[in-house]
Amino acid sequence: MTDLDDTDRALLRALAADATESAGALGRRFGLSQPAAWRRVRRLEEAGVLAGRRVAVNREALGFGVTVFLGVKLATKGRVSLEDFEQAVTAIPEVQLVQHVLGLFDYRLRVVARDIADFERVLRRRIMTLPGVGQVEANVLLSEERRPGPLG
Amino acid sequence: MLDDTDRRILRQLLAEPSLGTAELAARAGVTAATCWRRLERLEAAGVIGARAAVIDWRRLGYEVEVSLRFTLDKTDPRAFDDFLQGARGVPEVVSIETFLGRVDVRLTVIARDMRQYQEIYRSRILTLPHIADIEALMLVATIKDEGALPL
Repeated sequence: MTDLDDTDRALLRALAADATESAGALGRRFGLSQPAAWRRVRRLEEAGVLAGRRVAVNREALGFGVTVFLGVKLATKGRVSLEDFEQAVTAIPEVQLVQHVLGLFDYRLRVVARDIADFERVLRRRIMTLPGVGQVEANVLLSEERRPGPLG
Repeated sequence: MLDDTDRRILRQLLAEPSLGTAELAARAGVTAATCWRRLERLEAAGVIGARAAVIDWRRLGYEVEVSLRFTLDKTDPRAFDDFLQGARGVPEVVSIETFLGRVDVRLTVIARDMRQYQEIYRSRILTLPHIADIEALMLVATIKDEGALPL
């Protein structure tokens, strides 16, 4: 586990908002020299705390107007069925997120589609035909907001 | 509005958002100058927005991640606003989503361990306004997490 000081936390907050900010600009904001800012960012990357980037896209503008979260319960369980299910579900291009969870469902999926008719096609042809799939619950995403998290 | 070149660039960018413009151009099979111009245009049109760093909370000692699904008491017209405002005040809430369906709102909550989770759940989550029902899904593993779109 990596320990952070206040400057590290400020850097993480800034990079979580805009990952393209240069070490020079970050340094000026937080009272560090450019090399000192660079070294800190480098250390956070090497420790795996900074784990890549995410690009925000306007999905509607790209023709994907619908995002649906699915809760999936498997009808049959056992190690083999989990592996079969995971292998098949991760191969579906419309499925962006697959999480194995404990609780009411076994998996959470995030599915993108062009519209509700397209979603119905993905659901019927791709999801309901997955090996071992049982009960499925769908919730249509209306809004999402990422928060800075416990960096205060 | 988008042509094949835009789509090629976007496919590569969404698959790997950390790529620099030169590498992105090479993978999309366009010149660096074209790639740069297209990205500028897509940004100006609001198609692509900020590049955000992804923080791996586990590396910072947050071992527990729970997806909390809420049904709100919608007889109160302010239920959503009040609830969301309250949820924004909890530092351990790392994302907030609203839905059309059986679930109204979902919060992703992280904690260092089960003991801390229990404390956050009791003192910060159960005290949020207008809750009618809560279901919890505890994350075991993320198998796939990609921003890619089937363009």
